[in-house]
Amino acid sequence: MSKNTVSDRFRKVDVDEYDENKFVDEEEGGENQLGPDEAEVDSLIRQGNLMGALQAVLKNPPISTKNQNVKDRAEGLVLKVLSSFKSTDIEKGVQSLDKNGVDLLMKYIYKGFEQPSENSSAVLLQWHEKALSAGGVGCIVRVLTARKTV
Amino acid sequence: MSYHSFLLEPISCHAWNKDRTQIAMCPNNHEVHIYKKEGSNWNKIHVLKEHNGQVTGIDWAPESNRIVTCGTDRNAYVWTLKGDAWKPTLVILRINRAARCVKWSPKENKFAVGSGSRLISVCYFEQDNDWWVCKHIKKPIRSTILCLDWHPNNVLLAAGSCDFKCRIFSAYIKEVEEKPAPTAWGSKMPFGEVMFESTGTAGWVHGVCFSDSGNRVAWASHDSTVAVAEGGKTAVLTSETLPLLCVTFITENSLVAAGHDCYPVLFVYDSNKAALSFGGKLDVPKQSAQKGMTARERFQNLDKKATTDSKEAVLESLHKNSISQISILNGGKARCAKFCTTGMDGGMAIWDVKTLESAMKDLKIV
Repeated sequence: MSKNTVSDRFRKVDVDEYDENKFVDEEEGGENQLGPDEAEVDSLIRQGNLMGALQAVLKNPPISTKNQNVKDRAEGLVLKVLSSFKSTDIEKGVQSLDKNGVDLLMKYIYKGFEQPSENSSAVLLQWHEKALSAGGVGCIVRVLTARKTV
Repeated sequence: MSYHSFLLEPISCHAWNKDRTQIAMCPNNHEVHIYKKEGSNWNKIHVLKEHNGQVTGIDWAPESNRIVTCGTDRNAYVWTLKGDAWKPTLVILRINRAARCVKWSPKENKFAVGSGSRLISVCYFEQDNDWWVCKHIKKPIRSTILCLDWHPNNVLLAAGSCDFKCRIFSAYIKEVEEKPAPTAWGSKMPFGEVMFESTGTAGWVHGVCFSDSGNRVAWASHDSTVAVAEGGKTAVLTSETLPLLCVTFITENSLVAAGHDCYPVLFVYDSNKAALSFGGKLDVPKQSAQKGMTARERFQNLDKKATTDSKEAVLESLHKNSISQISILNGGKARCAKFCTTGMDGGMAIWDVKTLESAMKDLKIV
């Protein structure tokens, strides 16, 4: 009896793939989504125009694209902008965003939490606190329920 | 406002009889309990035992006085009052997953059951065989149907599903009714036709409701949004609160919704701008006396909860847990005067619209 219970390869089979009723998200052509413009954002940071940099980096979010590089690049850029803000200016930065902007910012913040680096978590937590008071828990719920995210 | 705590367990679903003296509810088990209001007490007068699984939906037809129940045992029963007892009739739904919600049509000659089998069973009574028969609406539903609401024309049915869409189907059964007149949603309505499919919201659709005229449909999604669609335009409002579970129109322009935040909320729809806006929180919190804190309490708070706030961690709302269902008591969806909410705290609250309007300044129910 012990012979046929030795192999456990069956545990690695993804049975959902064989389900004929498996839910597949609708394909939305997102191949032309390139993410925020790196050059524009960099120049705004260098000029010290952090508000402008924030607005610029939240443009063209790579939501529908399947290209992981584009997504990673966008996340890195956002992190750069968020880290260059002074702690006291974070609140003003969040106030300058509209509802959709706050939702998008929260998506980037949580994406940043997934890959913590040197100092990123501390900065992100400060931004999280301010974004939460602007967007409420509803904003976080939308990050959790979004099928396509940055 | 009045609040009555029926049970310690959640109330899975409830339905009122025509004159609102009796309420049928499921106390989170396989039974349906019917309570009657006698004076200021609620007395249990009937217990309906037939289901083998949790009862997930109850609807009480006001004119014909029949109750339809559906449950996780994949069955639905139509109950008729014979003398002093409710007698069940089994309805074969032909589903292989749990039934989730059930609603009588406005004329009470058919009812629809939403299920986890990714389909809606529309059931009608076949005189010849003396038996309830059902037809299925399958395409293009791709996940569980969570909520249903009928259009006043007795043919169109709005369904909210776990595949993130709210759809309006035609549930036209030629055996029991005439061809329907054209509506704002379309003129050709063969059975199973999709008259409308929502866009603009993500998240499971927990609650759906037609307005009194049937020209508008509102739905509440799990991504903390509420949306209203009318004439090809959809107005979406993202909310800062936890997701809403149930929604109903109380006038043609105002909606009341409630959910995981445990208090009902008012929304106002402006059809000229096709915009939905937040109208106000409909719960009057008790004014708790401000106690002074001793230094010891402050230090304990800091130690245990890392905060120096003197706010107690107690919900100030009437319901102490999520509100799962909302029903209109009188006035209909056009001029609702009272509505009722039940929730996971086992309690039922009755809200008076006039009282709410006068209690909250800035609250305008248009």
